[in-house]
Amino acid sequence: MAKYTPPQQDKTLQWVDIIVVVLAIFAALWLPLKMGWAGNSKVLEKIDNPTWETLGQTAAQVAQWNKLGYADAAAAHDIIQNKWDYTINWTQLIILAVALIGYFVFLFRASDKEYREVIDEKFNGK
Amino acid sequence: MSSTTVNEAPQKVSLSRVLGPGHVWALGVGIVLVGEYTGWNFAADKGGTLAAMIICWVIGLLYTSVAMIDSEVTSTVAAAGGQYAQAKHIVGPLMAFNVALYLVFAYTMLEVSNAILVADTIKSYAGEDFTYWYHSGIEAAVIVVLAALNYRGVLMTLNVNFVITAIAFIAIIILFFSVQPWSQGAILKLGDMVTPENALPYGWLGVIAGFHWGIWYYLGIEGTTQAAEEVRSPARSLPYGTMAGMITLLVGASITWYVCASLMPWQYLGSTVYPLLDAGRLTENKTLEYMMFIATVLSALASANGCINDAARAWFSLGRDRYLPSWFSAVHPKYRTPYRSIIFLVPIAIAFAFISDINQAITFSILSGVLHYTFMAINIMMFRKKWPLGSIRRGYTHPFHPLPAIVLFILCVVTYFAIFLGYGAQLTAMVVFYIIMSLWFHFYRYQYVKRGDQFTMPWPKPQGY
Repeated sequence: MAKYTPPQQDKTLQWVDIIVVVLAIFAALWLPLKMGWAGNSKVLEKIDNPTWETLGQTAAQVAQWNKLGYADAAAAHDIIQNKWDYTINWTQLIILAVALIGYFVFLFRASDKEYREVIDEKFNGK
Repeated sequence: MSSTTVNEAPQKVSLSRVLGPGHVWALGVGIVLVGEYTGWNFAADKGGTLAAMIICWVIGLLYTSVAMIDSEVTSTVAAAGGQYAQAKHIVGPLMAFNVALYLVFAYTMLEVSNAILVADTIKSYAGEDFTYWYHSGIEAAVIVVLAALNYRGVLMTLNVNFVITAIAFIAIIILFFSVQPWSQGAILKLGDMVTPENALPYGWLGVIAGFHWGIWYYLGIEGTTQAAEEVRSPARSLPYGTMAGMITLLVGASITWYVCASLMPWQYLGSTVYPLLDAGRLTENKTLEYMMFIATVLSALASANGCINDAARAWFSLGRDRYLPSWFSAVHPKYRTPYRSIIFLVPIAIAFAFISDINQAITFSILSGVLHYTFMAINIMMFRKKWPLGSIRRGYTHPFHPLPAIVLFILCVVTYFAIFLGYGAQLTAMVVFYIIMSLWFHFYRYQYVKRGDQFTMPWPKPQGY
């Protein structure tokens, strides 16, 4: 196999590549934060006029809450009553599964194609 | 220092081999130990205190598999970039590009969460006058100062890490013995905090959901491989350092769970940012409290320090193979560090420290970590198939193959589902990002990459090719 010679990349285009990668990183990390997608499956199950009893805390647990600076049940209410909703959104789960499997299939197939070129050139097709 | 432009080929100065097994331990444990000072406890939020303990051991199994697999492959492929170099030689260039991105994401966001932790911890003692700008100033200072240390040299960086990691670990041991673990009821009240009613508040689904944060007990131990090109004896130091690190972390995680679970109601444990510092407070012993304050800060600094080291080496490796502009592959002629990569990642880390909160930053890091572990499970199978035992010299051969790979793969699938339970949109966004970057690399960027030059190991042709 003939040795592959990559084209010379213009200096400006190299910086464009760097900017593209950085922008993609920021989009991937920042967008879910901006859109409020992060950890959005919690629901505050509000209790009016909460007491330690209605919040399900024993005397020993109340003592620890007090040591931690939570003088009354109202102060601890939001921490105790902020609960996860694990109802499965099947549509979202299927989309995620398809995306993940598709991603890995593409990754390994395209990598293998590139890898064969590497091996062919490295070992001169022997 | 010689100057280079963005077009120039990599400089011929190499990284220096100055590290031993202790440094490998300091790098791995240094990155990870902060997970015991913050993060693991969010597993209690998702599944309850008992779930956090179950997860501690099950995820410990995942990481034991990671350490076993990693020790074999890295002791054979000893190059900076760690798993990136493994992917390049075993799977292919596109996989390697993705693995490097996983590493950069995982470590940079871990570094971000460490900077946030330092600022949050100091804020908890500083009172009302501690404004947003003080908080941001501390975050920026942590990242900049540690980047400067990394710029200055890997030996000094990891010597510092060894000392502060050891202090942070010893602090956990001291706390453990100070609360009289042999005498339940004196200070610890496990039976009162964890009751049959609240042990698993969301049932077994909560246990699975908690896998997400369970990763944080150990995330980053695989970072030891980033030092492969800078250790004196990779075949000896990497397996020893990595396995010693895993043992340290398993002991530390178990102790941490026992102490914290015995002192805090699970709802508080699942929401606090500094569970070990709170454990110190709850002993009502000021010496212990201040010791845990210092140890929390030190553990975060050690982790951020190691993360800067690892993220920069992954980015450097991308430049060296022209996956990104080769400008990034420059090695400092005096300090022998990938200084441009170190500096380049600093503003990115600072920006995210300013805009994200700690559990979001941790989630981003975990997502990349799990993608990375999925690769590792498949990678070891391909490694053994392409170069069976005896065909090349391995520094270390892990036992029970393919059991660790199968366990790792199954636990990764479970963890994806766990992340989906609560953070599904973030996971989908990250996968879309990696798909877009893969298409960009495969159909555009790869044209600038030399083909045969990527394969640098003195191995025979792989079987099946």
